[in-house]
Formats: sequence, structure tokens, C-alpha cells
Amino acid sequence: MTDVIDSLVGIAPGSKLDAIRAQRSEARKHAQASYTSLFEPKELGGIGAEERHAIAAFVAGLHGEAKTDAFYAAKLPANLRAAVATEVAAARSKGPYGRFPKGPLSVEDAPGPSWQVSDAGRAALGPRLTAAFEHTHMLVFHPRDASAASLQSLLDAGWTTTDIVTVSQLVSFLSYQIRVVSGLTVLASTL
Amino acid sequence: MTDKTLTPPPHTEPVVFTRDMLDWLPWLEPLAEAEMTEHHIRSLVDAARVKSPYFRLLARDPDVLEARTRTDKDIFYNPEAGLPRAERELAAAATSRLNGCIYCASVHARFAATYSKRVDDVQRLLDEGVEAKLDERWDAIVAASVALTALPMTFGKEHVERLRSVGLDDAAIADLIGAASFFNWANRLMLSLGVPATQPK
Repeated sequence: MTDVIDSLVGIAPGSKLDAIRAQRSEARKHAQASYTSLFEPKELGGIGAEERHAIAAFVAGLHGEAKTDAFYAAKLPANLRAAVATEVAAARSKGPYGRFPKGPLSVEDAPGPSWQVSDAGRAALGPRLTAAFEHTHMLVFHPRDASAASLQSLLDAGWTTTDIVTVSQLVSFLSYQIRVVSGLTVLASTL
Repeated sequence: MTDKTLTPPPHTEPVVFTRDMLDWLPWLEPLAEAEMTEHHIRSLVDAARVKSPYFRLLARDPDVLEARTRTDKDIFYNPEAGLPRAERELAAAATSRLNGCIYCASVHARFAATYSKRVDDVQRLLDEGVEAKLDERWDAIVAASVALTALPMTFGKEHVERLRSVGLDDAAIADLIGAASFFNWANRLMLSLGVPATQPK
């Protein structure tokens, strides 16, 4: 299948950037394998394909990188896509913010809100995705505010421990993929 | 039965960025060694990682863990061309400093110091943060890592030009993008699934 990063950046075979990525062929291959394992896994386990894509579209929307945003949004049915877009518009923020463990670093604290899904969003997304979106917002914008309580909210909403590992990987992988797409797009524009 | 989060045993959380070795205590139950299948073990890539609660937790989704680990290793360990290892580690440490991952910063600051032999500069990055003045080349690498990490992302042509002006070629710039981006992946897992702890003296 097409390499998602190459496709989103627009890296043509034989181009300079193609040659540069070829020097890190394992990273290229396994970034793609990460994508496949998250979105087209051999077994979906406890997380449906639509849930995976909804969380991905939310992450991509929060980052505001146009190509990845369009890529993941396109995988959702229209009603869910609209609900995600509404939440993205309300949830976009600046990051990274958050608090440090109390001590000398407290002078660097940049406290900020724990974002919550709107009432209309709750109705459209249901309790599992609502909890996942609220956790995702923290992971994207203020990961140093993470706590066991945030994971407990996911467990309470019906996600298992194994599901949470996958959701955490999905959000974190996208935090990587989107930055690579953005960074390589800038680099390509200078070649 | 609904799963529960774990309460880590009594420990001391580090309150500064440090190059000391740290422990990491999970908030979710890792797989027990005894229940791990061949598939789980293979996903660790390095068999020694079976002793790490972090990797045994991530092994709950083995295919993703294996792909993550192989991506990581090529970005940081592949010696062919590109950015010197010390500066890939610098980008990882700077990203971790900005996101606030004390555990990740400790590991990659140690690597950056070891490979560059610039212990004082690495320690100043930890102490003063990403605004610390190191030298022209390192400041450009840290600034590019920050621009890729902050949201909204601000990485632009001016960062590429600045990196070129301090001697990075295209392959080195691509490595920097890979290293800083990868730590936006790693930091989020480390920060959100458990807590760092100082090691007993």
C-alpha cells in the first residue's frame, strides 16, 4: 500500500526527498507499519475502526496540518465528521502547557484548562469517544498534566487497559506523523 | 470486570530535570512476564526489555510496539550520513524538556552528553530550558525542535535556512525532523502511562 507520509508530503519516486527518506528505510517502513497496525490491524481488538478514525481525525484537526487533517477526516461518515469538526473548533489551543511536579520547576508552570466535550458532542460521540477525546486533548496540548485519574476516566467509560495502550499509541503516533509531514513539507519547499 | 489504575508504591518523584538514572512506575497493569506469548516477546525487539514495566505495558499492543521501536532505532542509531548521533539526542532532549518529560529528558540528555562530550551545555539545556544559549549550531537545532513541538507548529523555511547556515545538509535536517517528531510520540506515552521516580541511592 501507498506510504502515507510520502503521499501526504507529495514525495515522488526519484525525488531528492525520496532519496533522503531511503537512507532511513527502516524508519520509513516502520512508520508505515505503525499506521497499518493502528488503522488496519490484523485484529481490531476492543476498538472499532470508526473509533480509531474518529480519534485520529480529532488529533489531526487539533494540529491544524491541512493535509493530514483532510486525510483522516475523509475516513469518517458525514455525521461523525461534522461532530468531530465542531469539537475541534472548540478545542484548539496552544501547547505545550501544564504544570510540573511541585518544586523548583513550578516557576515554569503554565496552567491551563482541561477541555471538555460539548453537550451536543457528547450526544453525537457517546461516552467512550467523549472520554477518549477529553484524554486526547490533554495528550496533544498539555501532556505533562497527565495523571492516573485521567486513565481512570477512560476505564470508567468502558475502555480496557489494553484499549488504552492502543489509544495512547494512536494519539502519540499521530503527534509524530503530523510533525514529520509538516517538517518534510517545509524542507521539500526549499529543495 | 472493569480494569483499575495502579497506585505506584511509595517513591520520590524527581522535581528537576536531571541526567541521573530514573525509574518509571506504571499507572496501568503491564503484562506479567509469565503471560507473555512469543508474539509479545518479539514485539520488545530487545529481549532485555522484558524487565521493563514500560515495555511490558506497551506490549499489550505488540504490533504497534514493534513498529514504534523499529522506527525509533533507525531514527537514532542508524550511523549512515545525516545528523551526528549527539545532535539527534540533543533534539530528543530539547523536545522532552519543552513537553516536560523528565524521564525522557534524563535518558537523552545522558546520551547527548556522552556522544558530544559537552556535559555542561547539555546540563544548561536541562537547567535553563530551551531558551538556554549553547552555541550557534546547537541553538539552531534546539529552536527547530521547539518549532516542531509547539502547537500551533511554527517550523518554517527560516528554520531550514538557519540549520543550513550552521552546517546541516538536507539529510541532517530530515534527521532532526525525525528525532524531534519521534519524541513527540515517546514523551506522550511516558508522561501519560506512569510516573518517574528517583532511584534509591
